Amino acid sequence: MEILQTKNVIKKFGKFTALSGVNINVEEAKIFGLLGPNGAGKTTLIRIINQITAPDAGEVFLFGEKLKPEHISQIGYLPEERGLYKKMEVGEQALYFAQLKGMKKSDAQSELKKWFTKFEIQGWWHKKVEELSKGMQQKIQFITTIVHRPKLLIFDEPFSGFDPINAELLKQEILELKNNGSTIIFSTHNMESVEQICDNIALINKSEKILDGKVDDIKQKFKSNIFEITFNGHFDKMNASLSASYEILLVKEVKAQTNVQIRLLNGMTTNQLLNQMINFGNISSFKELIPSMHDVFIKAVTLAETKNDNLDTL
Amino acid sequence: MNKILLIIKREYLTRVKKKSFLVMTLVGPVLMAALILAPVWISTLGDDNNKDIVVIDKTNIYEDVIKDSETLHFKFINMDYEDLKANFESFNYHAVLLISEDESEFTLYSNKQVEPGVGSHIEKQIEKYKELQNLEKLGVNKSQLDSAKVDINISTIKWTEEGEEKTSPVLAQIIGFIAAIIIYMFIFMYGVQVMRGVIEEKSSRIVEVIISSVKPFQLMTGKIFGVALVALTQFLLWIILTFSIIFAVQTFMPGIEQDIAQNSVQMEQMGGNNIIAEILPALMNYNWTMLLSVFVFFFIGGYLLYSSLFAAIGAAVDNETDTQQFMLPVTIPLILAFVVAQTIVQNPSGSLAFWFSIIPFTSPIIMPVRVAMEAAPLWEILLSSATLILSFLGTVWLASKIYRVGILMYGKKTSYKELWKWIRY
Repeated sequence: MEILQTKNVIKKFGKFTALSGVNINVEEAKIFGLLGPNGAGKTTLIRIINQITAPDAGEVFLFGEKLKPEHISQIGYLPEERGLYKKMEVGEQALYFAQLKGMKKSDAQSELKKWFTKFEIQGWWHKKVEELSKGMQQKIQFITTIVHRPKLLIFDEPFSGFDPINAELLKQEILELKNNGSTIIFSTHNMESVEQICDNIALINKSEKILDGKVDDIKQKFKSNIFEITFNGHFDKMNASLSASYEILLVKEVKAQTNVQIRLLNGMTTNQLLNQMINFGNISSFKELIPSMHDVFIKAVTLAETKNDNLDTL
Repeated sequence: MNKILLIIKREYLTRVKKKSFLVMTLVGPVLMAALILAPVWISTLGDDNNKDIVVIDKTNIYEDVIKDSETLHFKFINMDYEDLKANFESFNYHAVLLISEDESEFTLYSNKQVEPGVGSHIEKQIEKYKELQNLEKLGVNKSQLDSAKVDINISTIKWTEEGEEKTSPVLAQIIGFIAAIIIYMFIFMYGVQVMRGVIEEKSSRIVEVIISSVKPFQLMTGKIFGVALVALTQFLLWIILTFSIIFAVQTFMPGIEQDIAQNSVQMEQMGGNNIIAEILPALMNYNWTMLLSVFVFFFIGGYLLYSSLFAAIGAAVDNETDTQQFMLPVTIPLILAFVVAQTIVQNPSGSLAFWFSIIPFTSPIIMPVRVAMEAAPLWEILLSSATLILSFLGTVWLASKIYRVGILMYGKKTSYKELWKWIRY
């Protein structure tokens, strides 16, 4: 089921277009990656979902209803640029944010205690924020984002500022939130984490959505007939007779083995190639190379820049 | 609405709990009480300051004329002027009065600055004596003169519904000016606090989290009202503390009140303007309810007008050093009003006073001055209040437009052109 939809959202700042007709669909209890280069319009879209700014045209639906002020308490937002009141005590501040999201004080208090215990930071309650390290502050900020149990969570670069151990902790926490039924929009430049946790993505470039779908599907779509073969035999002879049917991308000699990456050309199928190859030696492995999200990102953005039209033609 | 209350509460509590608030709240009344008590204290100091003045009277007729006052003691001696001058140090006299044989020259000599009261004390008595002599030459004797003497004291009485009241123009001037100082100071101090608060939220990027929960307008008004409550709290504490300090001083140093009474009697005897004797009843009869309600209204109105502008400035800049270019046009009318207030206490009914008390950017300071001096008719107060309400609604609206765009704009230096664009978004 789709929990969030944007329909043809347009936003302009003076002559600059931040979003030109963006449609996204976010499924319930999934992690949705919102990707794109700097200045593509991600933050503007997130701000529109958070009702911080209003779109010039287009509509946003949350739980099937048009976005309205009451939805604020259903959304938890961790912005990329984040901050806390430095002179305020941690607990007091967390309570304040929870109450602003519409929680009762007593509920907020007990929920916060739970989270503080879970993160083993009970001792921080009466500390001033300025006494904490940046990483510690990020933890507090994370808790204030999720304490009101929002159905939709929006994390903008959540891992920045965390050390690897805490980043892992945070990742597990995000996955647990998903398993408990929360829907998460996840905006980042870190493609590795996209591959690890995202189910679906949308890629925005220069105010337009240029790509969206399931992570696995997209990777399949972006594979380009590249195979990695480990081979023991007469590679030179094979090359001489088959060179027209593939392009060699990489050759490595490892011990007595040859490791090659090739791209099949001229409609050659994998079976045809394999049939030919067995005449020149032993094949110990043969696999298709699926592009990483990193490759997909770069390829999609470069293509969009050069062709300036939709990638659906691929 | 509930969220505005939450914001007000946070803004209020974090400020009231600050050490600087506590210090200001305690130091303010001490200063104010000192300002009120110092003149009294100083006048009591003068009492035990006895001075001996020697008189070399070559005519030998002034011994009965120049009489001692409470602090001045005159000694008539027969001594050579030059001898006295040479040994002056060893005698511990304050001064020497030399009267020439032909009574044409009266001169005070001393090795230090002679106190101003000494000369006038002597002058007055010699003048009186000489006048009497002249009159006697014309055939008027002392008893005739005494019976012809008139003593007139002008007192200012105001008709009111309850009857007649003693008033004091000087008192009204002082009260009016104090009101102007307080309003000027509070608008400035707390307006800048609002601005700092906005800059803090913007530069630390808290604002993005908060406005995903509340509307920018709610955040801005919550901050403005929260700080307003801090200002009112401080003001109230100042009044309470100032009066308790004065009360405590009166209780523990009961002499002071007598001193005041004594001083005023003395001044009356000397024929001077008795300000204190005039002020005491006037202070009782003063129309405090009217002044206080006008004061509080213009205080709040002026604060809202200016603090919303200060909030807009805070939203338009990234840090405090960038505020200068926008601060100037906002502070100029405020400073101008304060300067003009000093002229207006002299002439509270003139056209300068009228216009400055109607224009909303200066009225918060000028109108209380005029009301304190009872120089503003009711229709002017109402007109001024109405323009003030309309203008702060206007500035709050304008400021909120700048604010909601400004708080999300980082890194760019804002120009006036940019602000104009934001207002029209």
